[in-house]
Amino acid sequence: MSEITRREVLRRAAAAGVLAAPAAGVLSACALGDDDSATSQYEGTKSDTNPLGVKEDAPLEVVIFNGGFGEEYAKAHEAMYKEKYPKAEVKHSATQEISKTLQPRFVDGTPPDVVNNSGAGQIDFNGLVSQGSLADLGELLDAPSLDVAGKTVRDTLLPGAVEVGTYDGKFLVLNYAYTVYGIWYSTKLFTEKGWQYAKTWDEHIALCRTIKAAGIAPWTYQGLHPRYMSWPVIATAIKHGGVEVALNIDNLEPNAWKSDAMKASADAWHQIVKDGFILPGSSGLDHKQSQTEWSKGKAAFVSCGSWLENEQKAVTPPGFDMAVAPTPSLGGSDKLPFEAIRGTAGEPFIVPAKARNVRGGREYLRTMLSAKGAKDFTQKVSSLTVVSGAADGVQLPFGLSSAVKALSASGSNGFNWVYQLYYRKLERNLVDAACGQFFSGAIGPAEFLDQCQKGADQIASDASIKKYKRGK
Amino acid sequence: MTGRALRHGRYRLLVTFLVPPLLLYGYFVLSPYVQMFVIAATDWRGLSPSYEIVGLDNFRQLLRDQYVLDALRHNLVLLLLLPVITIALGLFFASMLNVGGRGKVAGVRGSGAYKVVYFFPQVISIAVIGVLWKQLYNPRSGLLNGFLEAVGLDGLARPWLGDPTYAFWAVMAVMVWANVGFYVVLFGAAMQSVPRDVYEAALLDGAGRLATLWRVTIPLLWDSVQVAWVYLAILALDGFALVQIMTNGGPSFATDVAGLRIYETAFGEAKFGYASAIGVALFFVTLSIAVLALRATRRERIEF
Repeated sequence: MSEITRREVLRRAAAAGVLAAPAAGVLSACALGDDDSATSQYEGTKSDTNPLGVKEDAPLEVVIFNGGFGEEYAKAHEAMYKEKYPKAEVKHSATQEISKTLQPRFVDGTPPDVVNNSGAGQIDFNGLVSQGSLADLGELLDAPSLDVAGKTVRDTLLPGAVEVGTYDGKFLVLNYAYTVYGIWYSTKLFTEKGWQYAKTWDEHIALCRTIKAAGIAPWTYQGLHPRYMSWPVIATAIKHGGVEVALNIDNLEPNAWKSDAMKASADAWHQIVKDGFILPGSSGLDHKQSQTEWSKGKAAFVSCGSWLENEQKAVTPPGFDMAVAPTPSLGGSDKLPFEAIRGTAGEPFIVPAKARNVRGGREYLRTMLSAKGAKDFTQKVSSLTVVSGAADGVQLPFGLSSAVKALSASGSNGFNWVYQLYYRKLERNLVDAACGQFFSGAIGPAEFLDQCQKGADQIASDASIKKYKRGK
Repeated sequence: MTGRALRHGRYRLLVTFLVPPLLLYGYFVLSPYVQMFVIAATDWRGLSPSYEIVGLDNFRQLLRDQYVLDALRHNLVLLLLLPVITIALGLFFASMLNVGGRGKVAGVRGSGAYKVVYFFPQVISIAVIGVLWKQLYNPRSGLLNGFLEAVGLDGLARPWLGDPTYAFWAVMAVMVWANVGFYVVLFGAAMQSVPRDVYEAALLDGAGRLATLWRVTIPLLWDSVQVAWVYLAILALDGFALVQIMTNGGPSFATDVAGLRIYETAFGEAKFGYASAIGVALFFVTLSIAVLALRATRRERIEF
């Protein structure tokens, strides 16, 4: 009896599916959205005090990624905006899932005015840019700074800040926080043991031997997110072979991953795997777990960006005094000096093209980029911003002040790469998988680079992905 | 009141109770399915209302996409093993708890406590289970390696979720763990409804525990086993939540499943058209397996 019922149910479900198919056109409107959504935008009159032409009483909606930086800093920025435009109603919300929350609103043509598109659940930038979903922020760069007299917003930004958010010559994404990527260690541990951070690769290996002999693992890494280890490998290669190494990778040039510099770097890094310098079990730890092992002093080095200090706050022992250092030089023939370090603007903010208050959105970003707004951010979340000099006079925690020092030592030798912004999948999935196998010892350096190249070729040959090129 | 009026009232009652759920079902279940078929034929990228109809291009691409095929292969391995292991363990535990005692037809000693313990995983949300087991598998401070080292089996300690050889099996073990409790209860309830004298007769005839299970319990419980099989098969074709929390498909895609591929393709790469095509493929796989499972397990029912 029950069996017949079940079969009957399946049969009827199939029949319902057939009947429902012709209705698909009607129903599809739900997810695919309407094409004729011509929303009017709020526009005010441009003047010296209102260079972006904001309509004073137009409401502004801001959506913040509630991650490592939290959302309190944004509330302060919103209060500053409100101070200037008391008649505007500012709507604030924060989420960890930007893509899932906002994707339907982008389709609908009713996105918020400012989005902090960050975190693991961010909306793919390639998708946003190629579909023309982002408003041009060029006007913002040429507007006068809110509180630095005689300078435009562009003048107040650190070098590289504009390039990172530029796609095909248009500035579409404001990356607000300035992040330094390097190798982190505890100065307390090093002072106690009398160790000195090594400036060349050979010295680094010798130091690793000493550290291992002292009963501490020289290295650990974010095993379940092994892409963190691609950063020092690429950085070492860039310092060895020059900035073209990164340029070619970003531009998906053929065999960019198999350049001589990348080979030299991969060969060098293979040493820490071969010689057993990695904390046993690292490959099975996620980023929090492995960084916690490092904070507990079980491992000496970890590769990370300058958010590390904030992320590890709860588990860092007092007096740990973490510091960041550049990757060791491979040898005398390196094109860049040891001090060269990767610094880049991160934490992306966008103004959707279909937002009703695009002008207000640009003005909000101008508020964030004011000296006051930037300083407040640095104080609240212990991170640098892309506004130059905004951290002056702010009491910085140990790790961050080491990052500031490293940046100034690096000076004009600083470098960066952006392929992960152009092609999220290439870093998050393909290079990530290759790093996992390489640093767990399953494959050697040649296979590692082969796999990375295979991933890049796959992106290059996928016609559905829009390609970007950047100059030097 | 005439019979006709009564019948009329009954229909009104039926309609009142049936229409709201059917509407909800249509709106939240059927309509997304139908939309999925439409979207699968487009190159929709999910952030603007513009899209092109590309016909079957997405499906052609799918057949050549090594990552999707690998993910589907993992689902098929789960499909073969998850129901067998879970049902076998479920039947074993249920019969020990209900008819495993010797001398009289009852469970083994302490079966009351076991029944509660087995059901624990069922009341924990899947997200908690994922996080919990991630910690258990932690190679440095996790219970599993800790236990292995404590009993002198250091050689068996592994980085579990970090090792492509073991990660998949580690995740599958959690799926079994999370589900077996429910089937212990399901089979247990079915065993309770089997008349005691059948078991008493088996006992008198000198049937051991295994013979009782194989020759008495399983044939009488065939209906429940069949239902369990279909449920577990559908579960094996999903697996998204646990995988996403525990490994996110890694290391090196060793634990990737079709559900995660859909999610990554849609929300990670903003390719909603292609993601829907994977969804359509998965839909047909699930449907055919459900039908096959029901056909293959059809047997004559034993009345008791």
